[in-house]
Parts: sequence; C-alpha cells; structure tokens
Amino acid sequence: MIHVEQYVVLSALIFVIGGIGFLVRRNVLVTLMSIEVMLNATNLALVAFNRARLTPSAMQTYAGQNLTGQVFAFFIIAAEAAEVAVGLAIVLALYRLRRTVRSDEADLLRN
Amino acid sequence: MTAPEAYFYVCALAAVGGALAVVLAKNPIRSAMGLLLLILSIAGLFLALRAQFLAAVQLIVYAGAIVVLFLFVIMLLGPAARTPSDRRGLFVRTGSGALFSLAGLAALGAVARAWSLTHRILPMPNPEPGFGGIDAFGSALFSDALVPFELSSALLMVAVVGAIAVARGRQGAKTLSRSEQEVSRTAQPVLSQDHSGVYGHELGAAAEHGAQPGERPL
Repeated sequence: MIHVEQYVVLSALIFVIGGIGFLVRRNVLVTLMSIEVMLNATNLALVAFNRARLTPSAMQTYAGQNLTGQVFAFFIIAAEAAEVAVGLAIVLALYRLRRTVRSDEADLLRN
Repeated sequence: MTAPEAYFYVCALAAVGGALAVVLAKNPIRSAMGLLLLILSIAGLFLALRAQFLAAVQLIVYAGAIVVLFLFVIMLLGPAARTPSDRRGLFVRTGSGALFSLAGLAALGAVARAWSLTHRILPMPNPEPGFGGIDAFGSALFSDALVPFELSSALLMVAVVGAIAVARGRQGAKTLSRSEQEVSRTAQPVLSQDHSGVYGHELGAAAEHGAQPGERPL
C-alpha cells in the first residue's frame, strides 16, 4: 500500500534536487530546466494531497468530488509553459548580446 | 511487494534519476533528456494517483512542447550551449546548494520525527469512478475555476507576444517595408556566415544588396 507520505517525500526529494541545480549550475538552460524539475515536484505533491482529501470543501461541490489540487496543478502547468517561452526568448536575447549562456556573464546592468 | 508498490518505486526511481540527470549532466541535451524522463515518470505517478487527464496534459504540454522547445534552443545555440566548468564562484555556489539541501533535509527530518511520534498516516480513500477524468475535471474547471482559467488564456497570450518581442531583438524596433522584407528574406542564408562558403557562388548577388550592416547572425 502506497501512502500519501511517500509521494510527499518523493516530491520533496525531487524539489531539493532541482533547487540545488538551480543554485549551483550556471548554464541558463540548465537553470531553467531545474525550475521545471521543482515545479514538477510541487505538482506531484498537489495531486497526491488531492487524492488524500476526496471529500469536497465548501469551495468545490461538483458531484461530491474535490479536484482542487488537480486544478492547481493544471494552472501551474499553464503558467510554466508561459515561463519557459519567455525564459528561452531571454536566453536567445542574452546569447545575441553576449555570445554566452552563462548566468554570471549576464551583467549588463552592472555599474 | 505488491504491483502498485512496485509501480510506485519504479516511477520514483526514474523520477529521481531524471532529476539527477538534469542537474548533473554537462551536456544540456542530456539535461533535456533527463527532464523528459522525469516528466514521463511523474505522468506515470499521476496515473497511479487517479489523475488521468492531468497525466495526458503533462505528456502533451511538457514532453510535447516544453522539452521540444528546450531542444530547439539548444540545437540553435549549437556548441555555445555547453558551458565549460571553471572554479569561479565555486564557494558561494556550493555553499548555497549545501544550505538549500540542508533545509530540505531538515524538512524531511521534521516529517520523520512527526511520523515517529504519532504513527498516523493520511488515509488514501478510493475515489468514485470518473475521478480525475476529463468529465469531472472539465466541470470543476468551468464552474469553480472559471475566472483563473480565462485569466490563464490572457497569460499565455501575453507570454507569446513577449517571447516574440524579446527573441526578435532589435530587428523588431524598426518596421521594414514590404520590399525590404523581401530582400532580407532572400538574403537570409547568406547572413549565416557558416554557409556562405558553400552557397556563396549562387547567392552572392543576393548578398550584395541584402546584407544589412551591423546585423549579426544568430
């Protein structure tokens, strides 16, 4: 039997791995992918908690089912698609300006 | 070990392996493949959690759009997408990473401590049929979550326009007339200097009046 706690621990593990990648790596592409990893981990936690709380709250009353967590995860996926589109456009603009994809060389606003 | 447990552990192992591949790989293509593995295994976990529609969305949006977009950009950048490792800022970077992992370990330790005190687990009741399917999900989306759903369409619209505006760069600042657009389109292969040696003899005429000064190929 799999419990919600196992999903949450797995989600925390993946989130920590993604956060370390975000902090340590300097390739902007890998940094963006680390953000994807972290958001995937949060989605997993949201869906797992949704599965544990099936009875509807006052907010969600459709047919006795509570889908708040899944709807949250859906909106996170939508926001993430927008984030990736803009982020990769910024990567291309940075490459055009500086001929690099290293985040520590993106210092055009310095001084 | 029952079949659901084996399924969970296989998916969990693949997810952690994919996340590690994203973070550790030197080549961004391998990072993208690790991301793909993570996305596929999390879609599998969504299926086990009775979120069928979300699993399909995960496959379509992530594996179908986001990973492909990453691969496009990596291939567009070519060898520049790989950054050689050096030791600049190594202390700050590893220190921040260690601090973050310490916070994560503390959270996991708190969870383990709470569990060892109470031994209570959150029950996972069986949902009724149709839970997480497209019918129930659509009803929830179009009744309670209608306003954020409509707002998300505005968000995606703004993101598309912004991505085009940012990615086009200075070229978007001035509006080209129709004839100038024709010229710049025919001159496009010449602007990328890598091919000018190969195709130069047939496109040399187009390059004479087509190449705009100061414009660099991407």
